[in-house]
Amino acid sequence: MKYEAVIGLEIHCELKTKTKIFCGCETGFGGDQNTHVCPVCLGLPGVLPTINKRVVEFGIKAGLATNCTINKFSKFDRKNYYYPDLPKNWQTSQYDLPIAEHGWVDIDVEGEKKRVRLTRIHMEEDAGKLVHSGNTIKDSASSNVDYNRTGVPLLEIVSEPDMHTAEEARTYMEKIKAIMEYIDVSNCRMEEGNLRADVNVSIRPVGSKELGTRTEMKNINSFKSLVDAIDYEIDRQTEVLEDGGHIVQETRTWDPNRGITLSMRSKEDAHDYRYMPEPDLPPIVTTDEQIEAYRKELPELPDARRERLEKEYGLSDYDAGVITASRPMAEYFDEVVAGGADAKLAANWIMGELAKHLNAENKTIVDSPVEPARLAAMIQMITKGTISSKIAKTVFEEMWTSKDAPEEIVKAKGLVQITDTKAIEEIVDKVIADNPKPVEDYKGGNKKAIGALVGQVMKQSKGKANPQMVNQLLAQKLG
Amino acid sequence: MKVTKEDIQNVAGLSRLAIPDTETDVYIAQLGGFLEYVENLKEIDTEGVAPTTYALPMQNVFREDVVKPSLDREAALSNAPMKEDGYFKVPRVLEE
Repeated sequence: MKYEAVIGLEIHCELKTKTKIFCGCETGFGGDQNTHVCPVCLGLPGVLPTINKRVVEFGIKAGLATNCTINKFSKFDRKNYYYPDLPKNWQTSQYDLPIAEHGWVDIDVEGEKKRVRLTRIHMEEDAGKLVHSGNTIKDSASSNVDYNRTGVPLLEIVSEPDMHTAEEARTYMEKIKAIMEYIDVSNCRMEEGNLRADVNVSIRPVGSKELGTRTEMKNINSFKSLVDAIDYEIDRQTEVLEDGGHIVQETRTWDPNRGITLSMRSKEDAHDYRYMPEPDLPPIVTTDEQIEAYRKELPELPDARRERLEKEYGLSDYDAGVITASRPMAEYFDEVVAGGADAKLAANWIMGELAKHLNAENKTIVDSPVEPARLAAMIQMITKGTISSKIAKTVFEEMWTSKDAPEEIVKAKGLVQITDTKAIEEIVDKVIADNPKPVEDYKGGNKKAIGALVGQVMKQSKGKANPQMVNQLLAQKLG
Repeated sequence: MKVTKEDIQNVAGLSRLAIPDTETDVYIAQLGGFLEYVENLKEIDTEGVAPTTYALPMQNVFREDVVKPSLDREAALSNAPMKEDGYFKVPRVLEE
């Protein structure tokens, strides 16, 4: 039987506020354990939490940017469960009146547009961190708890089960990341856990409308793990069904080292969270005017920016998609173009050499040693014919390690393109004389043989000859 | 609503309380009494009345996003039954 997977994501997005959601403790990553804590976030008796205004602003903006309806009457609720990372024994979250609901985002997978619906976006507090004494949670006699992260504000972005492949899930999560970056509500640093996904996966026979039993994998914090875990889980479930078994509804963990999912806990007796309205936090009432004011503050979003790059500069849909997938890259691109560079060349260089160098050194575009202004100047030199694209790579390499302007590098290294007909002619004549075989081939009708000769001229000129001129001269001389 | 022995055990389990079988009857009677009393509310016609989500006539109580000093770690840990290297120490946390 052929099966299709049904995938839904709950993405937890840590907000970039200065302080926690209900108290004034700072949210910074990496502080010494239990130094960003106070009576409120430690859940000591008798304290009163107060909502951080920015969290509500960020929640509303995230909702607007994902086409949600904003609930003008929203409230917090207590989600009760016992785990030492929550000192109060409940998580302050939202249940039936989340800040935003019923949204959607569009994703492109293999050239096709797909719409993923959002069920809801709600605000909640993050939990603390457990450090286990043993190697794994199972063989630890005790655990140590750091409450610095307890109370750091999160948005939980819940999708409908609208995805069917790991690739769709990855693209969706990338889209959510891009949007949250654009509207500047989260740093979205996955390595710091700013963006984590709980993934629900089930499979059903192709054509069936009924949902199969799902399993949930929690705290997936990289795109690679997301794809690997989903693919593994689809295979595992398919195998279970094909062997005549049935899927158990359970939480599983993804072990990236072993590349497998493991059963963590069964949901047979589904957790009863006994939600109740939070009596310590008054409801949040938002007016249409406030919502519209937040909407006005939103920047150009990834989809709109992508369309603009295609229309304004004639970039391909793919290129525009890559450039706009992250806000810093889109801004870098805009600066290069503003610096006078041809837009298509700018896109090629950013996605090519620049991306390659950044990846190799594990840098983000914000820390690029080559600033937009210098890249723009270099691209202008290509357009003007001062240097060839090939030489430009050498110049780029040089700019990567020095602060010199491309013009200085070209001058100092003698990399100026030879556009002097005389000089090129000399080399062309020599190459024709030294290479009788391709010359004959060409004259005999094999026009492709000119490639070898062009290559030779370029080599002898150390890449500095203007390729168009070389081609022209060779064609002329060979008649 | 009739409270059963299973209800008592379930609620006790969720609250991490151990209630011996010999005591369940006491709780069945007590909890049953509470629920019966609350049942009186069902007599009231609530047609067209929005559910109460907050008991006081208040809304939009916010604070600005401004950092306030946190507790000293010593103070934060001072009531902890167990601690280690600046952490709260807790017994094994895995579910049975």
